[in-house]
Amino acid sequence: MAFYVVQFLTGLASAASLFLVASGLSIIFGVTRIVNFAHGAFYMIGAYIAFTLTERLSGAFGFWGSIVLAALAVALIGVLVEMVLLRRIYHAPELFQLLATFGLTLMVEDLVVLIWGPDDLVGRRAPGFKGAIDFFGQNIPSYDLFLIALGPVVLGILWLLFQRTRWGVLVRAATQDRDMVAALGVNQKWLFTSVFAVGVFLAALGGALQIPRDAVHHAMDLRIIVEVFVVVVIGGLGSIVGAFVAAVLVSELNAFGILIFPKISIILVFLVMAVVLIVRPWGLFGKPEAPARKTPGLTVNPWRPLTSNERLAALAALIIAATLPLFAGNYLLTVGSEIAIFVIFAVSLHFLMSVGGLASFGHAAYFGLGAYGVAFLAKMAGLPMIVCLLLGPLLGCMGAAVFGFFAVQLSGVYFAMLTLAFAQIVWSIAFQWVSVTGGDNGILGVWPEKWAASPSNFYWLALGVAALVTIALRAMVFSPFGYALRATRDSLLRTEAIGINAKRIQWTAFVIAGTTAGIGGALFAYLKGSVFPDNLGISLSVDALVMVLLGGVETVSGAVIGAIVYKALNIWLVSQTDLSKLVLGGFIMLIVVVFPKGIVGMLEMLAQRRRKSSPPGSPLLAKPIESAE
Amino acid sequence: MQAKNYFVGAAFALLAGGMAHSAVAQDIKIGEINSYSLLPAFTEPYRKGWQLAVEEVNAAGGINGKKLVVISKDDGGKPADAQTAANELVSSEGVAMLTGTFLSNIGLAVSDFANQKKVFFLAAEPLTDAITWSKGNKYTFRLRPSNYMQAAMLVEAASKLPAKRWATIAPNYEYGQSAVAVFKKLMSEKRPDIQWVDEQWPPQGKIDAGPVVQAVAAANPEAILNVTFGADLVKLVREGNTRGLFKGREVVSFLTGEPEYLDPLKDETPEGWIVTGYPWYSIKTPEHDAFLKAYQAKYNDYPRLGSIVGYQTIKSAAAILAKAGSSDPEKLIAAAEGLSVPSPFGEITFRKIDHQSTLGAYVGKTALKDGKGVMVDSSYKKGADYLPGDAEVEKLRPKD
Repeated sequence: MAFYVVQFLTGLASAASLFLVASGLSIIFGVTRIVNFAHGAFYMIGAYIAFTLTERLSGAFGFWGSIVLAALAVALIGVLVEMVLLRRIYHAPELFQLLATFGLTLMVEDLVVLIWGPDDLVGRRAPGFKGAIDFFGQNIPSYDLFLIALGPVVLGILWLLFQRTRWGVLVRAATQDRDMVAALGVNQKWLFTSVFAVGVFLAALGGALQIPRDAVHHAMDLRIIVEVFVVVVIGGLGSIVGAFVAAVLVSELNAFGILIFPKISIILVFLVMAVVLIVRPWGLFGKPEAPARKTPGLTVNPWRPLTSNERLAALAALIIAATLPLFAGNYLLTVGSEIAIFVIFAVSLHFLMSVGGLASFGHAAYFGLGAYGVAFLAKMAGLPMIVCLLLGPLLGCMGAAVFGFFAVQLSGVYFAMLTLAFAQIVWSIAFQWVSVTGGDNGILGVWPEKWAASPSNFYWLALGVAALVTIALRAMVFSPFGYALRATRDSLLRTEAIGINAKRIQWTAFVIAGTTAGIGGALFAYLKGSVFPDNLGISLSVDALVMVLLGGVETVSGAVIGAIVYKALNIWLVSQTDLSKLVLGGFIMLIVVVFPKGIVGMLEMLAQRRRKSSPPGSPLLAKPIESAE
Repeated sequence: MQAKNYFVGAAFALLAGGMAHSAVAQDIKIGEINSYSLLPAFTEPYRKGWQLAVEEVNAAGGINGKKLVVISKDDGGKPADAQTAANELVSSEGVAMLTGTFLSNIGLAVSDFANQKKVFFLAAEPLTDAITWSKGNKYTFRLRPSNYMQAAMLVEAASKLPAKRWATIAPNYEYGQSAVAVFKKLMSEKRPDIQWVDEQWPPQGKIDAGPVVQAVAAANPEAILNVTFGADLVKLVREGNTRGLFKGREVVSFLTGEPEYLDPLKDETPEGWIVTGYPWYSIKTPEHDAFLKAYQAKYNDYPRLGSIVGYQTIKSAAAILAKAGSSDPEKLIAAAEGLSVPSPFGEITFRKIDHQSTLGAYVGKTALKDGKGVMVDSSYKKGADYLPGDAEVEKLRPKD
């Protein structure tokens, strides 16, 4: 019995650490609607700074002072980031801020290694909380008891802050309806800055408090960020109490789950999230999102098919791309194939995001399923390559059909997180089912047949498929189905009022996007000759998201440019420098500030302006830019 | 990062469409890939090691009079990116062979690439048994003692312990799974009386140490096998110390004696664990003294196990290239099979039968000395003594 009590307390201690970080994220999202990908980075910097300070300042006062000081210092960094970076892009399309915080995270991961060195750092134990307390023969670390107490205390302070102060009232009001708050004359700028500072402070405090029990290292951020998102979503976005309950739920399920299924930890949080979101679409304590006032369609230049001149220009670009094998070596051709494959992947997500308004955080699942489909068919059934390429993506299609059915019942960030949960479930199956998928050692030896083996032939294949897919998806945008899908994006209510079965339309779009991603994955398996669980992983999903946002989410096919720019830059930087993350992150942040509508979105806007100011007879100037669509 | 100047040339090659690679035909180039950005704690000393080796090789006249150049790429910890890097090294840099890699899945990806493109590959770090056995191929050689070998070394010591009730804690991925599987198999062969009472599989890099420690303690084992390393190990040790998990229990642990993983533990190092590792401070052989002196003179730092691996990878590669006198992969394979080369741990041989080197490891016990973790009572275990018999290896390895 004593054992179960201690295990329960241990779970509570884990929950307290999780809650601190999650509460900050929840507050930030609730008010600013920023999906703060850098929250883990702030957590990590908090731990690093606290480590440095606790090594220098001694004694109990020095230790606890250092923890608070570190959190304050990071909050200050957060304020800077908010004022310099995020303020410029609050009016960018939804999720665009994700790109900025993603860039920041990349930079921080390299920066901490540059500043603090590559070794794992082990900080001091907390003065007064070094040992353990005996509980009927079981030991409970006294620091765990401290954390268990701290969780509710922080919850209480936050509750008081939100219920009993004017600032808290404003924050709650903004969480519910920030346009209304702005209309009532509240200085939104400072409200956002202060909320961001509080959120970052909590993240850094969570990180600093890990010092006595964890090692400080440069991958801490990734370890926590996804889990924290999950906790926030399970609890309900913007709900502090929800975050607390979710943290306790997840930690306790883990603490007791491993007693029965020792391998459960790898997937547990995602299973819980999937179940919670299917049963309660807005999390445990969340409220339905108010219908958006601004329809996205109004902020965009009206979409139109390419004019015949533009078509010719796009064709010319394709022909030029097709001549690459005449002058490029094998390496460039293989890179070209990889970029073409990522164009397929990015346009498939772009279709879902820009036309359907459904941002998936787990799109890599269908890419990876396509790759695994090919690998199964080629290695187990021994089918010829062309058959594998045709049938492999069907696995992506089936996955999208099953998961899409559940996912499209939700919208916004909840939709995104449910897709993430599904992707992680698929990932963990690929990772754990060693006898079939080879686990993390993957499936090797999926090489193309002779006719496609040469880099130039494979390049032409990939380029051809990428062009076909892009054209097909474009055609779909301007088909009746595409119009119906855009209608569901712009106003779900009106769509249903005119007799369109919105969920079915969205589901169909999801399946189309998933299948297309599967086609990309199928080609990718042959390009690399092997398939790994990585191909379904979070980082690939994030890559796709970045490509779409970089290209411009409000364009028809901006993802093509986004994919080319991001992938080419990524490959080139990784090859040139060990600090590729630092440079790439800096570049992304620069783009975010200079092109707040994405690269193509910005070019289109410039072209639009020029068209308006110049006489209608000379639209020639705008052409080359628009063909880039 | 000193090698970066060279990459200006690589950038040019990229722009020129990969046609510039005949520019420095006088040099012999080795392409090296590792997870520099993902695992800097291991790969930084590793890089220092191979840079020292390059310097030594060239100071001694290079390879048959030609200068040795190592072109190094980061794989970011992703198999797909490692293949892109391998392709760049082979197709546009024209390297004579590939070396490096840390993670097992990346090692396997590059090994498969080497097999497909018919390129010689000397895997440095990956521990998976698959790379030389179940998924072995004729183009791939491996330097480090494999999972099987390290398990066999530990079993030798562990089977002498009186403990009968054993629990295991291992990261939930291939390395942890196969380490536990081999250890259990070899252990149960020697000691049929042993019971396996609990196993814990925390996700790699994400251990929730408190509950794991509690769960293991609840099974009340007499001995524990640990396979976690890095930050997970730190958390496990800290929780285990506070909760008294290791008190009165024997612990056998993979890799924990390596300075990379032992040093961060500082004064929290648990005492008396049986570990594999690298006690650079207590190895007194002329080969190692020479290496240690050269390393400390160049870097003013002590070597980690990564340094040895990096150093020996390039030393072995240079010896293979020198013996082959050509960069033809078939000749390189012929030269490498059965080749014996000196190493800081004594002479090692690349076995013909499975392309595994006989580099060994040190087995000893952890101890605390002046607030720091050290390995004591350590002895070198020759790799050759801990490999299965030839007949069994032939069954494990597909025919080339």
